[in-house]
Amino acid sequence: MKRSLERLTLLGPGLGYLTVLMVVPLALVLSYTIFQRGRFGGLVYEPTTENFLRAVDPLYLDVLVTSVEIAGVTTVLALLLGFPTAYVIARLPGKWKTIALVGLVLPFWTNFLIRTYAWIVLLSPAGMINDALTGWGLIDEPLQLLYTKPAIVAGLLYAYLPLMVLPLFAALEKQDDQLLEAAANLGARPAKAFLTVTLPLTLPAVITGCVFVFVPSIGNFVVPELLGGGQTAMVGNLIRDQFLKARDWPFGATLALILVAMLMLLLMLQAWSARRLTGDKNA
Amino acid sequence: MTAFLSLDGVRRSFGDVTALDGVSLDVAEGEFFALLGPSGCGKTTLLRILAGFETPDSGTVTLAGEDLTRVPAHQRPVNLMFQSYALFPHLSVEKNIAYGLHREGLPKAEITQRVGEVLERVGLAPAAKRRPHQLSGGQRQRVALARAIVKRPRLLLLDEPLSALDRKVRAEMQLWLKQLQHEVGITFVVVTHDQEEAMSMADRIAVLHQGAVEQVDSPVALYGAPRTWFVADFIGGNNFFSGTATEAGLSSEALGQLPGTTSDQSAVSVGEPAVLAVRPEQITLNDGDSVLSGTVLDVSFYGGTSRIAVEVPGHGTPVLVHRHGAPVVVPQQAVDLSWGTADAVLVPPSSATAASAAA
Repeated sequence: MKRSLERLTLLGPGLGYLTVLMVVPLALVLSYTIFQRGRFGGLVYEPTTENFLRAVDPLYLDVLVTSVEIAGVTTVLALLLGFPTAYVIARLPGKWKTIALVGLVLPFWTNFLIRTYAWIVLLSPAGMINDALTGWGLIDEPLQLLYTKPAIVAGLLYAYLPLMVLPLFAALEKQDDQLLEAAANLGARPAKAFLTVTLPLTLPAVITGCVFVFVPSIGNFVVPELLGGGQTAMVGNLIRDQFLKARDWPFGATLALILVAMLMLLLMLQAWSARRLTGDKNA
Repeated sequence: MTAFLSLDGVRRSFGDVTALDGVSLDVAEGEFFALLGPSGCGKTTLLRILAGFETPDSGTVTLAGEDLTRVPAHQRPVNLMFQSYALFPHLSVEKNIAYGLHREGLPKAEITQRVGEVLERVGLAPAAKRRPHQLSGGQRQRVALARAIVKRPRLLLLDEPLSALDRKVRAEMQLWLKQLQHEVGITFVVVTHDQEEAMSMADRIAVLHQGAVEQVDSPVALYGAPRTWFVADFIGGNNFFSGTATEAGLSSEALGQLPGTTSDQSAVSVGEPAVLAVRPEQITLNDGDSVLSGTVLDVSFYGGTSRIAVEVPGHGTPVLVHRHGAPVVVPQQAVDLSWGTADAVLVPPSSATAASAAA
């Protein structure tokens, strides 16, 4: 009896906070999906399946596919760039390791919006990149860099690369160097040792990093707005527009639910594979 | 003896620290050889050089007539059983053992057969599908050993093979390793700081001290006829008396003439300062002779043996005497101590002169 009271005291505040600010809003969003939109926004409490039928319309499915594509490309690029970065940082001597890690998270000290605006300055037709390229005589006309899909990918990659590097760094750093010596001793050349020892042992971290990058990328609506110029709509933009512009809350809620369901599935997949790969240490 | 493994003038330093200062050693084929020394003596660096994880600054390593010095680790016919075992945590026992065979590109059927054989040999066939973290320490060690011997190396290195095991498993493993070595006929080099481990298993032992070889000998010779003060002190217990070497032993200002002999005429010459090392079990109490006399300080009975500490006037530390059976003396009793000329060994006074004498 006393222990359960103690537990409640410790868990209470956090649990209450989560219940009020996360579970209740999510439940509300969930409930909105089965109602109809009022003529001037708001809700009409008449059950309908119309929202879900509308969501699978090719128009909206396209947006979903584009979002998955952009977030997917961002994730793959983050992995390709992040793995070597994490690998090198993990092998730096103590002091430099700290400096590199601080450098990695330093951009977080500046507002995300401001950093994204800085990309506009870089990418715009009169921006620094075009300036430099025309200045060196490499191109005659400024390139259309801004308001393209690659611009969105660049912005997302910039924003979320540290989320890939950090889990990979943690996994690579705690890896026992003697395992690589053992591999060499048993006849594995360095590349083979990396593929058969380092890589399988960091796979859970690879998956974690991918989820960390993919999830916020797919839901992001600031970067597509600013760097994509509204040319390329992603799910995040669509949801926001339904709520704020079209005032169609039930449909916005439906889209949000679909996104949340997709991400939940992804997280479950990650948890499952992590448990499998680490040799059911926690199972 | 034809040298199978040969180290010649191997030198390695890390910054200002000299880990190996010109080590030369010869090991015969099929020998069970031990590198013994305290921590920091350079034995681990030597092991890493043999495995190919380190390159010597100078000197050569030759195995079966082939110069190994610059051969990368993954191309050497040398396998190592790591002290920490270094098993791959993501692979099952059988896959850990098969790892090295896969790297050789052997056909699947042969790999399966050899892994099966070695699993039988180390008695781990029932655990073949388990992961390393599901095994006990002793089992993990046997996997590490199986993973190394399945490669059929020319040379097997063992890094502190018994240190992580508890007493009972240790004794079993010790016997088993020796047996295994006879059966497979591979040359074993064990690295250890534990003299018991080295003495009980090895055919010959090299004692390392400050990056140099102090003495290479059979366990019995190392114990009975140490050539340097360091070896006399490091292996087993000893009583030390310092003085000047004479024809019949040692002449000490405070204690007079003490009988002794030298195992190495070149290391100690008559008239030079020397140290006489006398094993506690070589000293007899009250048997009519008297080399030294003193007073019993303390007596402890260990069942099979007794240990007696005797205070000898003119000698700073108590003289230790071991005898079989009951102590027969009591504290405060006056006793006569004696030993034969052949039972005490003269060595050079410090390790500095010992090193120069050995070189």
